[in-house]
Amino acid sequence: MNIVAEVLTGGIRGGTSILYGALGETVSERAGVVNLGTEGSMLAGALAGYAVAAETGQPWFGVLAGAVAGGLLALVHAYLVLSRGANQLATGLVVLFLGLGLTSLFGVGYVQAIAPTFSPVAIPGLSDIAFIGPVFFEQDPLVYLSYFFVPLLSWLLFRSRWGVLLRASGERSEVLVAHGHRVGPIQYAAVVGGGMLAGLGGVHLSTAYTKAWFENMAVGRGFVAVAVVMFASRRPIRVAGGAYLFGAALALSPALQARGVGINQFALDAAPYVVTLLVLIAFGRRQLRDVPEGLSKVFDAQPTR
Amino acid sequence: MRTRWLIPALAVSLALTAAACGGSSDSGDDAAEGAAATATGPGAGSKKVGFIFVGPKDDYGYNQAAYAGSQAVKKHYPDMEVLTAENVPEDDNATRVMEKMIAEGAKIIFATSYGHLDPGLKVAESHPDVVVVAQGNFIATAIPKNAGTYFGTVYEPVFLAGIAAGKATKSNKLGYVYAFPIPQTIANINAFQLGAASVNPAVQTYVVNTSSWCDPAKQAEAAKSLFAQGIDVITQHQDCTATITKAAEEAGKMVVGYHADASVLAPKGWVAGSEWAWADMYIDIVKTAREGKFTGSPYNGNFRVGYKDGKNPFVQSKFGTMVDAATKKLIEDQKAKISKDGSPFVGPVLAQDGSTMFKSGETPDYAIVEKLNVKFVKGVVGDLPKS
Repeated sequence: MNIVAEVLTGGIRGGTSILYGALGETVSERAGVVNLGTEGSMLAGALAGYAVAAETGQPWFGVLAGAVAGGLLALVHAYLVLSRGANQLATGLVVLFLGLGLTSLFGVGYVQAIAPTFSPVAIPGLSDIAFIGPVFFEQDPLVYLSYFFVPLLSWLLFRSRWGVLLRASGERSEVLVAHGHRVGPIQYAAVVGGGMLAGLGGVHLSTAYTKAWFENMAVGRGFVAVAVVMFASRRPIRVAGGAYLFGAALALSPALQARGVGINQFALDAAPYVVTLLVLIAFGRRQLRDVPEGLSKVFDAQPTR
Repeated sequence: MRTRWLIPALAVSLALTAAACGGSSDSGDDAAEGAAATATGPGAGSKKVGFIFVGPKDDYGYNQAAYAGSQAVKKHYPDMEVLTAENVPEDDNATRVMEKMIAEGAKIIFATSYGHLDPGLKVAESHPDVVVVAQGNFIATAIPKNAGTYFGTVYEPVFLAGIAAGKATKSNKLGYVYAFPIPQTIANINAFQLGAASVNPAVQTYVVNTSSWCDPAKQAEAAKSLFAQGIDVITQHQDCTATITKAAEEAGKMVVGYHADASVLAPKGWVAGSEWAWADMYIDIVKTAREGKFTGSPYNGNFRVGYKDGKNPFVQSKFGTMVDAATKKLIEDQKAKISKDGSPFVGPVLAQDGSTMFKSGETPDYAIVEKLNVKFVKGVVGDLPKS
């Protein structure tokens, strides 16, 4: 396999967990709630997915459990932020600590567990397409599942009535109230749903990508997901592009090293973050204009209009 | 040996550590009894011994092995209380945890991670009656009367595992996934390649680093990249080892273990491996300290033990099914040779760039190996990360 195809394949494989997390964060932020606890939801999903797959022998039960675990942790965030009026950023970090601590504690017994896992499955026909086939269609089932979520969420957010309500809750919640809707349930659903998606990202990490559980195994991918959402303007299709870009940046280093190419690895390791900074510098002002009004209040940074 | 990535992790580990210490310290009032013992000197007559670990006690690797060693001490000395703390970061938190153990009456402290040395030395300085020994690392300055470092010669069994890998490979390409380019790791990679090349001159070792003691996702990607280049035997030097082992088994490749026997994860692909067996050394250190003989003992220094001069705590794991009797015999012979020579790095050893690393007839000891292994030997493909 040539290096371009290898890096792209690795980018999709490695970017999928980030993609799930970022899609979840997109839904949440569209409803006006920033959830820095995404990393915690991913860890919760990773552990619950792996543990349930190990206990039941059925990885798809693990997928369900992972989504539920990610959603439950996000529920803590939703309660504190929406019902108790806590600061979103601080609460998000607390939720992350909580997820990290709980998963480290309860995950101890599963470090050595052997669970049934997902392996790549080539899709007949599609995987034969030159170049695109091996890159997109020789992946594991959870990657394929993520392919459905991107257009689905795009449609839900921008073409469905549900999406209008959700976005209104993040932009001008007064309008919703004036129209006789209750804002709380919509925002709760968005935050918890977002946590469930992040949980799926964790399940991909533990039961498909690495086939192991280890404490703190997300190692910052949840934060990368939050960054992706910001520079992708909270649009699912762009979010997918951003997540895969990060995945490719992560896949570049081993692909070069395995070819014996001498290159400054520390610079390569920093590449994904440099990319984020560059994107934020280049499009920062436009990003600000795109921020839902509810979110602008969180950051206390009113966009220049 | 893992560096923590984010401060939150530290905070949580701290909380867990505190819980761990609290749980294991039910009786703090017999602390004074230790001093009443007849022998004097640091650690003499200690009734309690403390162990701190940088990671969880069941990581299928380094920390699990150290924890097993601490439990062996407990079994060997039923009259002693063994205090343990997991997930202790390599910073001032370690100092705090050790101080707490000392306050509870421990007079012997094992700081089991590379980065626990500096906090350990700080504690040793403020408690002259307490023995603090650090696992790995070197005390570069004058050695205090109550401190020391200890380790095995890790590259010896790695060299032997390399022989098995060199025999097993069909593509003549071996893969090595490692965390950081520290001398100990580079010595392992070099020993692995030299061992393989000793039975298979055409063999090459491809290296990929992950810049993390445990990032399973990076490991998964590294394994995939190496397999794509035709590598058919993979090994690693990291704290968590399950991902690479399982990736090899799934891809139908072979794997050489490190830190622990993970053959159950790769029943088909397991070739050989190396793992820690700390019990004897831990027990001997505790014995020496309790008898008040620590100061001036070999442990009151940078103690290293290999096949030549004692019992190396880093031992060979069991062989996989594909290793035949002839190869096992070859490995036994090489082990005997190392036991006689004192090192697998007997010259001539050429560096990657063709220059001489060890002259013909030169037998470098541990200290020299650790100092000179700052570059790869001939046959290793890939560069060291430059900063």
